[in-house]
Amino acid sequence: MDTLIQASLSGVAIGCVYSLVALGFVLIYKATGVLNFAQGELMMVGAYIYFSLVTSLDMTPLLAFGATLVLAGLLGALVERLVLHPLVDEPPFTLVMVTIGLATLLRAVTGMIWSHDTFAFPSPVPEGAVHLGQVAVPLVDVWTMAVTVVLSLLLFLFFHYTRLGTAMRAVAQNRYAAQLMGISVDRIFTLTWALAASLGAIGGMLLADISFLHTNMGFIGLRAFPAVVLGGMESIPGALLGGLIIGLIESLAGVYLDPILGGGTHQVLAFVILLVVLMLRPTGLFGATLEKRV
Amino acid sequence: MTASSKYRDLVTTYGEDLQLFRTGVRKFWFGLLVVGLAALPWAAAELGGNYLLYLVNLTAIAAIVAMGMNLLLGCAGLISLGHAAFLAVGAYTAAILANRLGLPVWMTVALSGLVTGGIGVIVGLPALRIKGLYLGLATLAFQFITDHVIVHAETLTGGANGMIVPAPALGSFAFDTDLRFYYIAAPLALLLGLAMVNLQRSRFGRALVAIRDSDVAAEAVGVNLARYKTLAFGVSAAYAGVAGSLLAHYLGYIGPDHFTVMKSIEYVVMIIVGGPGSILGSLLGAIFVTWLPEVMRFGEEALRSFFPHLVFPDLRAIVMGLVLILFIAFEPEGLAGRWRKIREYWTTWPF
Repeated sequence: MDTLIQASLSGVAIGCVYSLVALGFVLIYKATGVLNFAQGELMMVGAYIYFSLVTSLDMTPLLAFGATLVLAGLLGALVERLVLHPLVDEPPFTLVMVTIGLATLLRAVTGMIWSHDTFAFPSPVPEGAVHLGQVAVPLVDVWTMAVTVVLSLLLFLFFHYTRLGTAMRAVAQNRYAAQLMGISVDRIFTLTWALAASLGAIGGMLLADISFLHTNMGFIGLRAFPAVVLGGMESIPGALLGGLIIGLIESLAGVYLDPILGGGTHQVLAFVILLVVLMLRPTGLFGATLEKRV
Repeated sequence: MTASSKYRDLVTTYGEDLQLFRTGVRKFWFGLLVVGLAALPWAAAELGGNYLLYLVNLTAIAAIVAMGMNLLLGCAGLISLGHAAFLAVGAYTAAILANRLGLPVWMTVALSGLVTGGIGVIVGLPALRIKGLYLGLATLAFQFITDHVIVHAETLTGGANGMIVPAPALGSFAFDTDLRFYYIAAPLALLLGLAMVNLQRSRFGRALVAIRDSDVAAEAVGVNLARYKTLAFGVSAAYAGVAGSLLAHYLGYIGPDHFTVMKSIEYVVMIIVGGPGSILGSLLGAIFVTWLPEVMRFGEEALRSFFPHLVFPDLRAIVMGLVLILFIAFEPEGLAGRWRKIREYWTTWPF
């Protein structure tokens, strides 16, 4: 029983990271129609930026956190302006290819600058654990869950009660109608990428804190895909829930399935789920039905 | 003088339209290609020795994968981010058949193609319900699952240690040198290329193009979507499987590192760079992607003085990423499109 609770809680913590990455992913997909394969790499770069700010520039954790958000946001905006913006009217297929190129590029450049070594992440959270009876929850996990809950709330408020958030939703619903209402779609696209990159950076910092900092973190970001598809490609609550479910299943499979099927089973389970969802219910849990006007 | 020789694209009879080589000039060029391919190893050996020949062989293998990929991506508009996994299925099938059952090379290559084709049909099944971007995710999932199976099914695949594969042999004659292997890989690539040319001109090829341009319209004129989509996946995978078995026999050793997701992306790069939908493009793309890293080795040292952590795979990945983005942005028709434009420029010159 304790094992179950322990595994579930650490699953929820890692699921929170998936949720954040998935969230950035859904934001970009909803607003701009681009399936962004580079989201995991944006997450990774965010974590490296924080790492360098703290270790090389001796910033305090809070200051470094803020600076990372700004820098990651700038990177996201830059990517949109330089690469995606000139190709905005290309078919989705072309744009996917471009983001794959971007992902490859970002991962390799990160390796070139910081090397492919594994680093211990300078954690802003003190070591230790919260004890609930027999179950010990690392403070990092508690912290991760808290950050995710707060962020989700902030995002909800942002999208529903600010002018910019409303404009973003309008563009996501119908970009041409939004343009007719006087919203600058170009600006919204850039800001969406910036927001998604910042969210990814937060996910990256949390993930590096839970495990380590390394260049393969981007591949872990790819596991946000199953979360996104499970939740329904265009649904923000779906992305959050999908991330949690995938994290939970992975963690439980690590405890209960790995001994039966051999080590590492939990690492591919997310992709098995992805295939099953795509075959049985391609729209996911909260997705709109797929329709096409001929 | 007949009309067809004067205006090269004017076709006056159905028989003429169906001919593979429409004019004598084309027959001549094709003959020259065959002679050139046959003589290539000597030229390569003169210029750069066995290493150059090794690259030529890898190019032939890559060209086979690219042609299969092109059918899927260029003709049918179906995206695959898991072609390295199909290659892996072919390579391990060949390795297991050769090691456990001692089958001769022509059987391992053929069976690898068949088995991988079958797997391709199964992987293509999601294509019936989902399309475009979702399909990319499904094939990506297939890639990761295959990676996992290779590493963890140790009794079958040797796990992370990989497998030793015997050199191909016919009777007592072993194709164990670069030069000898060339005479397996190059003719096979040529044959598969000719088969692909014909396939694209057949009902099957035209049905795929129709599906790419509008699946609703294609269905309305009687193209069976389910059948052609899965078949496209099957044929494409079979090409990758044949290439994989060749690779296994050629390298003599296969391990999980040969079939990573990065490799899958490189095959996509081949198509984008070469030009989607064109067989010439597949070949050009395969040459480009196989040879580019070798050219880059010259710049590696210079860059390393700025970035001490630079390792070669990174440099390769950086160039692949850049090439992918730049070609999509500036030359969406790829090298084949550039070639066509140059040719048209000169045929219509000075207009």
